[in-house]
Amino acid sequence: MAAVEARGVRKLFGPVKALDGIDLATREGEFLVLLGPSGCGKTTLLRIIAGLEQPSAGEIVIGGQVVNGLPPRARKIAMVFQSYALYPHMTAFDNIAFPLKAQGMPREERARKVEWAASILGIHDLLGRKPRQLSGGERQRVALARALVREPSVFLLDEPLSNLDAQLRASARDELQGLQRRIGITTIYVTHDQVEAMGMGDRIAVMYQGRIRQVGTPLEIYEEPADTFVATFVGSPPMNLVEGESYLVGFRPEHFLPRQAAHAPSNDSWSFTFRVTRIEHLGADRLVYGIVGSAAGETKVVSRLPSTVDVTLHAGESYEFAVPAHRLRFFDKATGSATER
Amino acid sequence: MAGQVTRAGPLTLGDRIALQFRYLLDREALLGPLLLLPAVVYIVALVGFPFVLALAYSLSDVTAGDQSLDFVGFRNFTDIVHDPIFRRALRNTFVFAFASQALVLVLANVLALALMAEFRGKWLVRLLVLLPWATPAALSTIAWLWLLDSVFSPIDWLFRQAHLLGPGTPLGPNNNMYWLGRPELAMLSVIVVHAWRILPLATVIVLAGLTSIPQDIKDAAAVDGAGFWRLFLQIITPLMFPVVAVAVLFGFIFTFTDLAVVYVLTRGGPINNTQVLGSWAFIKGIQGGDLAQGAAVALFLFPVLLGVAVLMLRLARRAEVT
Amino acid sequence: MNAARYWGSRASVYGVVSLFALFSAFPFFWGLVTMFKRSQDLYNPRNNPFAFGAGGPTLEHVQLLFQETKFVTFAVNSLFVGAVVVGITLALALPAAYSLARLAGRWGEGLGITIFLVYLVPPTLLFIPLSRVVADLGLQDSRWSLVLVYPTFTVPFCTWLLMGFLKSIPRDIEEQALIDGYSRVGAVVRTVLPLALPGILTVVIFSFTLTLHEFVYALAFVSTSSEKTISVGVPTELVRGDVLFWQSLMAAAMIVAIPVALVYNLFLDRFVAGLTLGAVKG
Repeated sequence: MAAVEARGVRKLFGPVKALDGIDLATREGEFLVLLGPSGCGKTTLLRIIAGLEQPSAGEIVIGGQVVNGLPPRARKIAMVFQSYALYPHMTAFDNIAFPLKAQGMPREERARKVEWAASILGIHDLLGRKPRQLSGGERQRVALARALVREPSVFLLDEPLSNLDAQLRASARDELQGLQRRIGITTIYVTHDQVEAMGMGDRIAVMYQGRIRQVGTPLEIYEEPADTFVATFVGSPPMNLVEGESYLVGFRPEHFLPRQAAHAPSNDSWSFTFRVTRIEHLGADRLVYGIVGSAAGETKVVSRLPSTVDVTLHAGESYEFAVPAHRLRFFDKATGSATER
Repeated sequence: MAGQVTRAGPLTLGDRIALQFRYLLDREALLGPLLLLPAVVYIVALVGFPFVLALAYSLSDVTAGDQSLDFVGFRNFTDIVHDPIFRRALRNTFVFAFASQALVLVLANVLALALMAEFRGKWLVRLLVLLPWATPAALSTIAWLWLLDSVFSPIDWLFRQAHLLGPGTPLGPNNNMYWLGRPELAMLSVIVVHAWRILPLATVIVLAGLTSIPQDIKDAAAVDGAGFWRLFLQIITPLMFPVVAVAVLFGFIFTFTDLAVVYVLTRGGPINNTQVLGSWAFIKGIQGGDLAQGAAVALFLFPVLLGVAVLMLRLARRAEVT
Repeated sequence: MNAARYWGSRASVYGVVSLFALFSAFPFFWGLVTMFKRSQDLYNPRNNPFAFGAGGPTLEHVQLLFQETKFVTFAVNSLFVGAVVVGITLALALPAAYSLARLAGRWGEGLGITIFLVYLVPPTLLFIPLSRVVADLGLQDSRWSLVLVYPTFTVPFCTWLLMGFLKSIPRDIEEQALIDGYSRVGAVVRTVLPLALPGILTVVIFSFTLTLHEFVYALAFVSTSSEKTISVGVPTELVRGDVLFWQSLMAAAMIVAIPVALVYNLFLDRFVAGLTLGAVKG
């Protein structure tokens, strides 16, 4: 039984279609990432699941029960906002105890649970402080402890790492994922950062313009994108798209290599004449920017050459590059969806 | 303990209905209007209804004695429009409001600018400047009654000490100015007292506007080489325009609808020369008992107020500095 | 800026500020002296009105104020009316402000502005029909008539001011409380109200003083001495025949003005902040 399900969910803000028919089902205990650019509807979907907004159409099912019309407190969910939303006038201890108070839990039991949550997050020493006395990372942990302490069915996280500095983000990612594995609560995580999504998610739901474009494991999304949006959103630099006669051809920069270095027999790969315009030396890789011919004239493409490929390239020169056939992906010109060749 | 999760089983229809009732007050669509209701009901009952009643009165012949509302058409309005005192009152209402606010406009800006600086004794200065606003209008106006008295005026005393008043001086052979006795001086007195009363509030509003101008803008101007006057005229004034206009309009409304200052200071005299719509409506309606005419007089306030309100809304919308 | 210009501008600031302080406050200087002046001293146009003449200061008029006039009654009435009206105002304006700030969506702006516009309908327009309403309700000549009517100007003003304050509190916190297990009302009481307390306090103070100052309705509805408030009682009752008790009048004025000015001064910065949130943003 899926922990959270969205069935045919639509949301309109006036004339704007924030969500245009969402069907999604999480699996028990999984870490599902909602990934997409700003405005794609991911936060709206999260808020609808939480009960902070009502869908214009469709149903939300949590734990097998349709929860439309139930307020957040009846849904057994916990949510962490981007800002952490810690109550500024209370100490960390009181913040964490707050949801337990709402349940009418007696004082000693509350204290025990707070200690339990605090020990999992390692914030025991911070309990007496007020939010303004805590650093960004510490506040995040208090927010997580507060979410944990009710032992909810579902965890909802809205870009919880975006307020942290870059260094902290990496270790926070690690901790969050470890936490989720240990506790095993179904988690829905919203982000626009595809590196985060790829690194943390069991499955990723890529959203764009109010629709889910694809749901799959990070590998599936990366290797078999369902349409051009997914193909170009995930992966940095994005997948190259070249116009053919009747379809679009896509290939990832790391598969676009000089003929000599291509890992396939020549009759099983496609060749391109590649005129180099610019080279970026990133240390471990080289990013080679240039132009290939296509049905639409010229198209800009990128090649990612690992430093292990020892080929000399110069800007302004043309070279023969190739992509192994099985690495090519084809997309319909009109709809952008993936097709067979 | 970790991983133990409570989960609800499937609900029966009865359960579902009960749940909807339990969470009725959580529905925003219901809660919003519910919270708003008491205030709206109160205002409709005690502002909306009396307003309509005022309209009804003005079209009737109701008096304090005869409580019945008999419709008489526009007779009240034609009556008062032909009354020279009313015409005077109408004129005065505008004159007082415009003149006092023009004065306030200049003074409030100067004062607000000065209060932007840091200096010793600022707290005391603020206190002194706030005093006119802190005192009930009637009480402060009573003080002015003595200050402008025809015999005892301390202002006259000061003028006499400075040899500006008395035989052989620029202000005339009399020992007193008769501030409230001479029509033109009476009008001037009302205007000055209004300005004196409104200045604190106007200054506060202008100050609010000045402090909300981001420092970046001032810094950029300084880097661009703008001296004080250029900064003030070309940058601050345009940015401040909506706020200052709101302050002036507030003051305009207070003075336009005023009753207290005129009533206490002059009772509308001498010989009804300083009558305004508010005081005239009071004298006719409550003291004279002619409720219908009083209401008609007061209703002349409304169109102007509506116009001012619309103006204020447009300006308030433009006043977002950041 | 060189020293001359610096001191020049300092001097002009001090100069300007002193002028204004003088202009605003000189009636109060005069009042402060007058309340202690002997009558022979006061009623002599040759004497310096800003200093004490022969005989020096006296407390007799201040005593008269408290012992032989109804000033204390007026003060009690004013305080009573003020307190009850503040209570009613909060009861009406807080929920309304919250509803408009959070729950009304696009209607909120429009309704908020309409409510503010109500504030602009002046007592001088409404007092005639309201006097009839008050009489019909049997509240004529009672301070309860003021309790009934005063919220008509405090509620709109306070709703609008509170809207600004409430909007400045982040939504997240309320929503977090909803998720943490409280109903909307519970969430607001536990998270929004504690944070809005400074704003609420400011609103309380300014609406209290609004009721203290009100003149038109008090003059129109109440003619019985024992029910009058300060703002009407003092100007109308401190008189014998045609002669006003000037010294006592000034004493009354100072007793009311100085504490209120002190409180305003303390809360001025908050008020300015509230205005910037409410007025400047429409």
